[in-house]
Amino acid sequence: MGIIMDIQTEQAAALKPPILSAKNVDVFYGKKQAIDDISLGIPENQITALIGPSGCGKSTFLRCFNRMNDTISVCQVTGDIRFAGQDIYAPKVDVVALRARIGMVFQKANPFPKSIFDNVAYGPRIHDLAENKDHLEDIVITSLKRAGLYDEVSDRLDEAGTSLSGGQQQRLCIARAIAVDPQVILMDEPCSALDPIATSVVEDLMEQMREKYTIVIVTHSMAQAARISQKTAFFHLGKLVEYGETEKIFINPEDIRTQNYISGKIG
Amino acid sequence: MTDFAQKAYTLETSPSLKRRHAKEARFKWYGRIAITIALSFLVFMFGAIFLRGMGAFQQTKISIEVTFSEQVIDPNGVRDPEILALANYKPILTAALTRTFPNVIERRDKGRLYKLLSSGAVYEMGKLVSDNPDLIGTSQTIWLPASSEVDLFMKGKIDTSLPEELRRIKNQDITYIKALKQSGQIKKKFNTAFFTNGDSREPEMAGILGAALGSFFSLLVCFMIAFPLGILTAVYLEEYAHKSKLTDLIEININNLAAVPSIVFGLLGLSIFLGVFHIPRSTPLVGGMVLALMTLPTIIIASRASLRSVPQSVRDAAFGLGASKTQATFHHVVPLAMPGMLTGTILGMAQALGETAPLLMIGMVAFIVDIPQGVTDAATSLPVQIFLWADSPEKGFVERTSAAIIVLLAFLILMNLLAVFLRRKLEKRW
Repeated sequence: MGIIMDIQTEQAAALKPPILSAKNVDVFYGKKQAIDDISLGIPENQITALIGPSGCGKSTFLRCFNRMNDTISVCQVTGDIRFAGQDIYAPKVDVVALRARIGMVFQKANPFPKSIFDNVAYGPRIHDLAENKDHLEDIVITSLKRAGLYDEVSDRLDEAGTSLSGGQQQRLCIARAIAVDPQVILMDEPCSALDPIATSVVEDLMEQMREKYTIVIVTHSMAQAARISQKTAFFHLGKLVEYGETEKIFINPEDIRTQNYISGKIG
Repeated sequence: MTDFAQKAYTLETSPSLKRRHAKEARFKWYGRIAITIALSFLVFMFGAIFLRGMGAFQQTKISIEVTFSEQVIDPNGVRDPEILALANYKPILTAALTRTFPNVIERRDKGRLYKLLSSGAVYEMGKLVSDNPDLIGTSQTIWLPASSEVDLFMKGKIDTSLPEELRRIKNQDITYIKALKQSGQIKKKFNTAFFTNGDSREPEMAGILGAALGSFFSLLVCFMIAFPLGILTAVYLEEYAHKSKLTDLIEININNLAAVPSIVFGLLGLSIFLGVFHIPRSTPLVGGMVLALMTLPTIIIASRASLRSVPQSVRDAAFGLGASKTQATFHHVVPLAMPGMLTGTILGMAQALGETAPLLMIGMVAFIVDIPQGVTDAATSLPVQIFLWADSPEKGFVERTSAAIIVLLAFLILMNLLAVFLRRKLEKRW
């Protein structure tokens, strides 16, 4: 009986339309093609890992979802990318509103050179999310708690965000992204500059965050992808080689390139 | 054991290592020699200017007892300050001098006696009386500036071994001065007039205040124009503009403008600001506008460099949170770039403060006695004043030229210190 139930819920999840979807996406940096005809759908409230060797285009692809590539003038994105069914490259889409819905955490922790409080409060302030000062404080504290940082910094919210340790800085950046209350959080190798202990703290945090947010993470570490993600996409030379359940990709990959990468033969 | 003694394991120096060390030592010495030469030039320059200029901060003054007779100063008794200032004080002065030297009777000798005092002494008396009309009718002992020749003699800058006809101070003058010295009526005092007067034909009456204020007003205008224009241009080009042929062209032109000789900006100011817009000639307003044109490229280039040094990650962080371009720029990037922008601006202004050539073209080289009260009063500027005094034939201007250079250098050093201070103060070391 239990098995049948599981299958049913899984089927239901599969039937639910993906929150983010890409169809025939190409990205060019000037004349160089970085992404070649990629289509995939990202399910809600799951962690999707994008893996692949350096320069395979996984970060570029991630940055398409919140249109961060717009800030690079030579970058050209074509194809159909949808967030909750809406074309995010449609002319009427306001990129500011889009990025409030789809937050981002970067490879290198980049807190603003301001206090911890102001770092988290900046997003709610520019989007006018707080009704008053108390409400703003509330948002900041809730966000810091969700990012698992509050207990460590509760007595020094007015200290510089950059005075924290590397792992704390990265969690501060996560808190900052959460404070805007997005649906999706894009993470571009968030643990690549962290030590193993800080990494495991961030990984536990992501697992908890999955209930409320959809997470797309680019990672260099296959172990990390295997540990935390439900879905994994393997990129190679700008192409999507294989995409599916993480377990399947790691245990029984279909493509020889995926096999080679996972077993350490390429990368 | 003996294996380790072999050559491959030696830690001692070898000929090739020795050569490398020698090369290092040689290079260190080249650097030291270069710095020593540069420093000695600097010391020589400052030393020469200070030795020459320090004299100008003192002025010989003569104390005499004068009677402010109402009949001479204000016969009608109206006490109008303007009349008091411009009254004829000459007879009062000559009477006082005659009383001090009762033995001088010859007309020719009297003429020399009267020349001991500066021709500006009567103006000082006029100012004294108009500020304080109660003096009228009383007798006062006051210190009045001596003439430039007497001043130079007192400072030992006149060679008395020369034959009398080759000197402007005659033997007779020297006897007068000696008599005054004996009675303690001639002294070198701090030269306040140098800091409170405008320009004058008489070296002993010439001051730097007019030129300093002219420079101040010009720089004020220059700052008001160049700072906002420069910063906005830099922010637009660096943060907003898409790279295109047009922006490349603008960039090349800005870099070229920074290298244009300053006199060309003066010619531009002459033909456009004066010729087309008819802005009043010789004023700090037009001077500041020309200096702003000149300073603008410096500010833009420094500001752009400063903006470029703000890490991309700061912009990414702001964009990632949904900040608009303007929010990301003005909330995060510009505040971080501000210290560099301000430093660039102050250095540009310091350069403008020392600029002479463009001001010559727009009439700020005129002989102006009045102290400017605003940006539309005719004025000159510190470097132009130095140029004017250096060109004057009177010997008394030699030390004043150097003194003016000292004042200018002091201002430049102050501005550079301000730049350093601002950078230290504003730079956030988070």
